[in-house]
Amino acid sequence: MYAEFSETLDLEVNEALQSLAFTLRARAPAWVHEIVPALTGVAVHFDPEHADLPAAPLAAAEALIRECIDAMPSRAAGRTIEVPVCYDPEFALDVVEVAEKSGIEPEDIALRHSRAEHFVLMVGFSPGLPYLAGLDPALALPRRATPRTRVPAGSVAIANLQTTVYPFETPGGWSVIGRTPLVLFDPARDPPSVFSPGDRVRFVAISRIEYARLK
Amino acid sequence: MSLLIVKPGLLTTVQDGGRRGLQHLGVVPCGAMDRVALALANALVGNHAGEAVLEITLLGPQIELEEDSLVALCGAQFEASAGDGDLPGDRPVFLQAGMRLNLRRAVRGTRAYLAVAGGIAVEPLLGSRSTYLPARFGGLEGRALLAGDSLPLAADAARLAASRYDRLAARATSRKGVHSVRWSVPALTLPEHEPIVLHAMPGRHHDEFDAASQRAFFDSQWRVSPDSNRMGFRLSGATLARPQGGEILSEPTCLGTVQVPANGAPIVLMADHQTTGGYPKIAEVAGADVPRLAQLAPGGTLRFALCTLAEALELRLALKTRMATALRAISWEYGK
Repeated sequence: MYAEFSETLDLEVNEALQSLAFTLRARAPAWVHEIVPALTGVAVHFDPEHADLPAAPLAAAEALIRECIDAMPSRAAGRTIEVPVCYDPEFALDVVEVAEKSGIEPEDIALRHSRAEHFVLMVGFSPGLPYLAGLDPALALPRRATPRTRVPAGSVAIANLQTTVYPFETPGGWSVIGRTPLVLFDPARDPPSVFSPGDRVRFVAISRIEYARLK
Repeated sequence: MSLLIVKPGLLTTVQDGGRRGLQHLGVVPCGAMDRVALALANALVGNHAGEAVLEITLLGPQIELEEDSLVALCGAQFEASAGDGDLPGDRPVFLQAGMRLNLRRAVRGTRAYLAVAGGIAVEPLLGSRSTYLPARFGGLEGRALLAGDSLPLAADAARLAASRYDRLAARATSRKGVHSVRWSVPALTLPEHEPIVLHAMPGRHHDEFDAASQRAFFDSQWRVSPDSNRMGFRLSGATLARPQGGEILSEPTCLGTVQVPANGAPIVLMADHQTTGGYPKIAEVAGADVPRLAQLAPGGTLRFALCTLAEALELRLALKTRMATALRAISWEYGK
């Protein structure tokens, strides 16, 4: 069941639905096995084979969502995390292009990116991959016309008004402006992902030496 | 205790009932593509339904058994042998240590499941032993099996094999060193004839497609493209158009969601699909019909039949009833 709260991306709506997702997670009965906050709504996946599944599961899921909307706190109880990023040109594969298109110097791009507070709107597409709001509008550019076939793991990349960080080496169309030494997704760790939906994120600029030390 | 992979086959992976509760971190359930065959194979060797097995695709592996084992092969029918004898499907088979299994090729269906009493004992990660190929974790080193791999089995697998097979002695039979039984369970997911019919509900963006595309989706025949995989089945046939279609904000997806990217060719999301996606959804395949789709090979044909949510739930109940009948019959043979 998918409850959508907006047809457009809106930070306030997303913060509210993160709060709803936390509340749902705390109150969900055993027949609900996934609560997935996305950009504009929350999906509640239930197990149709579960012994306790109510006779009318959709109505029960809707009642649960309504109950949690009434009970949820106004601000999501997300964590605030710091993520070290090296903005050195060695890792910032597209910084020259971003500088040309935005008219902002590379050093200033790093500054503008790291001083903003970012917010995890959603984790999806691949394990541990965050969609972060909070990019300085001066850095907003469309996706690259030709996606890179290989974006290195840890790459911090921007497109439109968002930032993402690639947990694995994959193809990608966002502009890469830095790299984190953190392992973003490790299935042997609990929790496995550095980023969770609803987290507030600060990117902390580090040097190549610090990057090498943390790697 | 282990299984030695002599030849890996086309795509052989460790899969189980899947991972739960981590989709908000981008981790999909993965697991066996055909959950019905998974459950039957496990039940036949006395395992619980979601135990780890080998998922075998079109061209099978050669496997050497290090110890006495009780195995069952369900799902796709394979040309298969054990030592000098034939390996019969859909039933428990007791094989002695040193025996070599040779699963040559699928003669009906696409994916077979080889269960071993006690299960495949690779380390569970995030609550499951399933291989998640896109992010390369789970199963054996997060990858498809290779020649020379050694897959751990339960420490007491040989004892389980002997004690469980003992309980089936009343209707046991033996030929060329292959010890089996004179009964089998029906294959519930193999295509009778193509095109197979999949029931599907209109998706969230169904009404945004033009009338011709809506008709074409449910009236025309589709073919599974060669670039289909465990993430999704790409379909070729009509081109579906969504005239006023702007971009869609990424939203959660499900097993069986039918997405239509800008090129107009639909993709049915399968076990390893991404948790969220930004393509419009024209339909959702009824959960009960997904295991039958998993048995289609590239080139296989299908049609969609419009159904309601209530009908989809009825289909699930009907499948559950057929499963329960098969599982009761197995329990009865085990004398439970």
